[in-house]
Amino acid sequence: MKKLFIAAPLALCASVAIADDLQAKVEDMMLKSFQANGIASLDRQKQDAVQKACSSATQPDADTMKRLEAAELATIQWPSDGNYTGGDWKEGQKIAASGRGLTWTDKTPDNNGGGCYNCHAMDPKEVSEGTIGPSLEGYAKLRGNSEEVVKYTWGKLWNSKAYNACSDMPRNGYGGILTEAQIRHVMAYLFDPASPVNQ
Amino acid sequence: MRKQLKAIAVSVGVALAAPVFAQEELNFDAYREMLADGNPAELYEMEGEELWRTARGPRNATLEQCDLGLGAGVVAGAAAQLPRFFKDTGKVQDLESRLMHCMETLQGIPSEEIVKGKFRQGERAKMAALVAYVVTHSKGEKIAVDLSHPKMKEMYELGERAFYYRTGAMDFSCASCHSQDDKRIRATQLPNITKPEGAAAGWGSWPAYRVSNSQFWTMQHRLWDCFRQQRTAEPIFASDVTIALSVFMAGKGNGAEAQWPGVKR
Repeated sequence: MKKLFIAAPLALCASVAIADDLQAKVEDMMLKSFQANGIASLDRQKQDAVQKACSSATQPDADTMKRLEAAELATIQWPSDGNYTGGDWKEGQKIAASGRGLTWTDKTPDNNGGGCYNCHAMDPKEVSEGTIGPSLEGYAKLRGNSEEVVKYTWGKLWNSKAYNACSDMPRNGYGGILTEAQIRHVMAYLFDPASPVNQ
Repeated sequence: MRKQLKAIAVSVGVALAAPVFAQEELNFDAYREMLADGNPAELYEMEGEELWRTARGPRNATLEQCDLGLGAGVVAGAAAQLPRFFKDTGKVQDLESRLMHCMETLQGIPSEEIVKGKFRQGERAKMAALVAYVVTHSKGEKIAVDLSHPKMKEMYELGERAFYYRTGAMDFSCASCHSQDDKRIRATQLPNITKPEGAAAGWGSWPAYRVSNSQFWTMQHRLWDCFRQQRTAEPIFASDVTIALSVFMAGKGNGAEAQWPGVKR
């Protein structure tokens, strides 16, 4: 009986130690198996809090998710002049359609695409659309353009993790993928009544 | 009224025509079947067979004594049991890293030349042809990767962790695109690699000939491009992460029939 008492905590320690050991090995591998190339530096192999927490088949618990989301929400830069949707939907369309930018074969980190169509349906006439994200067809027609919806959409585009810490969507503004002006164009593509998205 | 009619037409269209749409416009299966009898990968396979038998390198030797896991010179069925643990190197190796080992030990071609090289150029291009030759001799074989060795077990676990490892400029992991059924990036269908059938579909159909760019891509090449699109730093050829992910996919797909070499869009 006494042996059992000793064995149980030992076994627990052992399995925890193995798990930590494996995690350390993975982190080491994710660094050492890669090399810097052009703009794709080795910094990219180091995880931030959100990336680390969302790197398994299961999401973290609700409290952790909330804590992470609050931190991400604080990173969002809202338009200083209050201009959320005054971009050019035609420019927004180009950004939504382009999946270019930020790979090691890309030269500069600006003028990236948003890659929206990789995962979302937007213009109902576009057939080559991804399905990982929800359909955004008729975005403003279905959701309206209340302050709440407009602000949420800006925030979601800037930092998707503020609303779902483990979202599959990149953090366009926070991550320096799109500029504020580009996000405004994408906003126009989603909200402008003349945009094909709302036809 | 017109709008309403259009909406109805669209919803009926989606409901009724979805399967037809999926098969005719966005599903590549029919096209793949049409190409299966004349897969241009055959040209690479022929080149690879020639390379296997040709004396090359500083040692002027052929690869006919290369042991891919089933004994020296055995090519039939070899790809189906890779990656595996090799006693002579003390490492888990996939087909490409094993061929690289054979090229260095038998022919004297430094591995460095391949690791530091570029896809479709120099010795890496020759490697791709050799890969085409070897996998063609496992066509229709069942994936049969032996996970019993502790190093294979560890590689599988590392591969699974790497699969979910989010990193890079867009926070992606492999799982971002490959953990749900019936999803697409644009028109490209994505296998759900978290399930055996999806893992087998992915693992068992690369290397493949890509019709869109008329190129033959090995699995190392495929993984390299996945990471490029993931916006990570560049994975090193035959590095641990590429082997670990290969063990994970092959291990999960164990028992399913391989379609090597594949044909892709």
